Amino acid sequence: MAEIEVRLVDVTKRFGDFVAVDAINLEVRNGEFFSLLGPSGCGKTTTLRMIGGFEEPTHGLIELSGQDVTWLPPYRRNVNTVFQNYALFPHLTLGENIAFGLRRRNVKADEIKKRVADALELVQLTGYEDRKPGQISGGQAQRVALARALINRPAVLLLDEPLGALDLKLRKQMQVELKRIQQEVGITFIYVTHDQEEAMTMSDRIAVMNKGHYEQLAGPAELYERPKTRFVAGFLGVSNLLPVKADGNADAHAVLRLPDGTAARAPRALMNGHTGPVALGVRPEKIRLKAPADEVGGQYNRLEGVVRDASYIGVSTQYIVELRDQRRITVFEQNVERATKAELWAPGEKVVMTWLPEHSFVVPDEGVVEQVGIAAVE
Amino acid sequence: MTAVALAPSARPKGSVANRIDRVFDRWSMIVYTLLAVIYLLLPVAVIILFSFNDPPGKTNVVWHGFTLKYWLNPFGPDGLGSAVVLSITIAILSTLIATVLGTLMALALERYQFRGKSFANSLIFIPMATPEIIMGASLLTMFVSIGQPPFFPLNFVTILIAHIMFNISYVVVTVRARLAGFPRHLEEAAMDLFANEWQTFWRVTFPLILPGIVAAALLAFSLSIDDFVITNFTSGMSVTFPMYIYGAARIGIPVQVNVIGTSIFLIAVGSVALTTLAGRRKRG
Repeated sequence: MAEIEVRLVDVTKRFGDFVAVDAINLEVRNGEFFSLLGPSGCGKTTTLRMIGGFEEPTHGLIELSGQDVTWLPPYRRNVNTVFQNYALFPHLTLGENIAFGLRRRNVKADEIKKRVADALELVQLTGYEDRKPGQISGGQAQRVALARALINRPAVLLLDEPLGALDLKLRKQMQVELKRIQQEVGITFIYVTHDQEEAMTMSDRIAVMNKGHYEQLAGPAELYERPKTRFVAGFLGVSNLLPVKADGNADAHAVLRLPDGTAARAPRALMNGHTGPVALGVRPEKIRLKAPADEVGGQYNRLEGVVRDASYIGVSTQYIVELRDQRRITVFEQNVERATKAELWAPGEKVVMTWLPEHSFVVPDEGVVEQVGIAAVE
Repeated sequence: MTAVALAPSARPKGSVANRIDRVFDRWSMIVYTLLAVIYLLLPVAVIILFSFNDPPGKTNVVWHGFTLKYWLNPFGPDGLGSAVVLSITIAILSTLIATVLGTLMALALERYQFRGKSFANSLIFIPMATPEIIMGASLLTMFVSIGQPPFFPLNFVTILIAHIMFNISYVVVTVRARLAGFPRHLEEAAMDLFANEWQTFWRVTFPLILPGIVAAALLAFSLSIDDFVITNFTSGMSVTFPMYIYGAARIGIPVQVNVIGTSIFLIAVGSVALTTLAGRRKRG
């Protein structure tokens, strides 16, 4: 069991009447890449700023490496931050920017020189120390900000949407680079982002935040495959959610009855802990479309519907299938068996949707939305 | 005529009107600029020219001949030297004190919320909005009523107090303009990199607002060194350079006044040129 590097106990932050962070309890392990993911205003940045020391919690406790730092100013904490807008000092050269932290700690001049060179090499900017921040690109500024923080060898590195200002291609490149650097230096990263793909790509664990608290904390795969709430199901990727009633068990599966009477199954363990109404969820790419006459194995869930829309996206095709009660289901099908446009399912065709019960998930149903989330196309 | 009016595009390119247009486009800006520069610099040129004049009598208004003798003896007339020294001393001291106090006030007004902030905010503008003559008169009343010697004899100290007062307003306004756009996250970044409040101010905040502070100080210095109205009320028996000229004007201004005026002008232009050059080299 890895040791705990950052611990938040009941941390709350109010701005006037607004509760930005609502009694969060969190443990970040030593050396992990931890993400706080959520929409704007969910409290993720405020949480990060409290760990960094830029905001004081209204109440609660923050521990770094076992030490209570709740009331310490930023300069007395062994953490460093990569700011969203880089925050490089415009009047200093890149070398002076990077050496800023070491200078404040009275490190010897020749060691500073060596470590600045190492840091520049780590972020692949060797030879740039005499330039000014105004003379480099956004991607380079981002890397300098990273070097300036990492050179101090902090216990934890805080990153506040560091890739937000970069274009898509550069962002993808930097994601890979960040992960590489994190593994190379072995420092705990706490990463704030609203971009679910970014969080999924890099993180060991993700806390999905909403309205001042986190709804689920897990690894990327578990968050995607087994979201615990409607919000998580909708924030990470696309989900189809159907209101269901529990209707006993069949073997290892719980039987869930849809409003139109169709029975679907889901692993029995997924029903644990649910007391109120629930919704059955399935991801669009888990569903296969079959013709009504096709043979379907007994291990599959079956659901009949009519194709209403087909959008060809190249790698896959997105279908909207309407059920008898007019709920709509999104289905992604790889363009393998039906590759050309003529072979696709056409609007109006009757189809049977099939998926394995194990690919289902169950969330509490507050009973409003049929389908949440948007396609992950930007 | 009608054809041109109906279809302006049909006007031949080489027409006279067109050519005049082009000549006008090219030269109007240059001519206008030249006229403006002449208008601004002609009085200065006259001052410089007449510092080399060699008038036979006391009035220095007609050109008689070239001489360097007043340049070689700039403090010849009685009291001129001490007036210049007094003016420069007051300008330097009031600039220093007003710049420090004004910068601190600007920081407080821009950064912090406190009781009486809006009141302080409007007070800042009063010295700039009040006519100088009124301010001078009321300062005189105040100094006289609270200050029989030895507390406030009208002298060096009262001039200094008055100059600091009106300079502070200009410093606050100038420095605040610079602070208004200050990126606060840079200070957070400095604190994040182990700089305490003191180090953050001197390593990050101060260097970045320095241009504003320098501009404020230059403004304060020039306001102080040529102030006449307020100084005249608060000086008592002391005589500053502008007051000396005013006094001398009745019998004829000595040529040395032009010499000193020219020197001040040259020093001012020189220092502005130097700061501009230094700024350019830093950025380049």
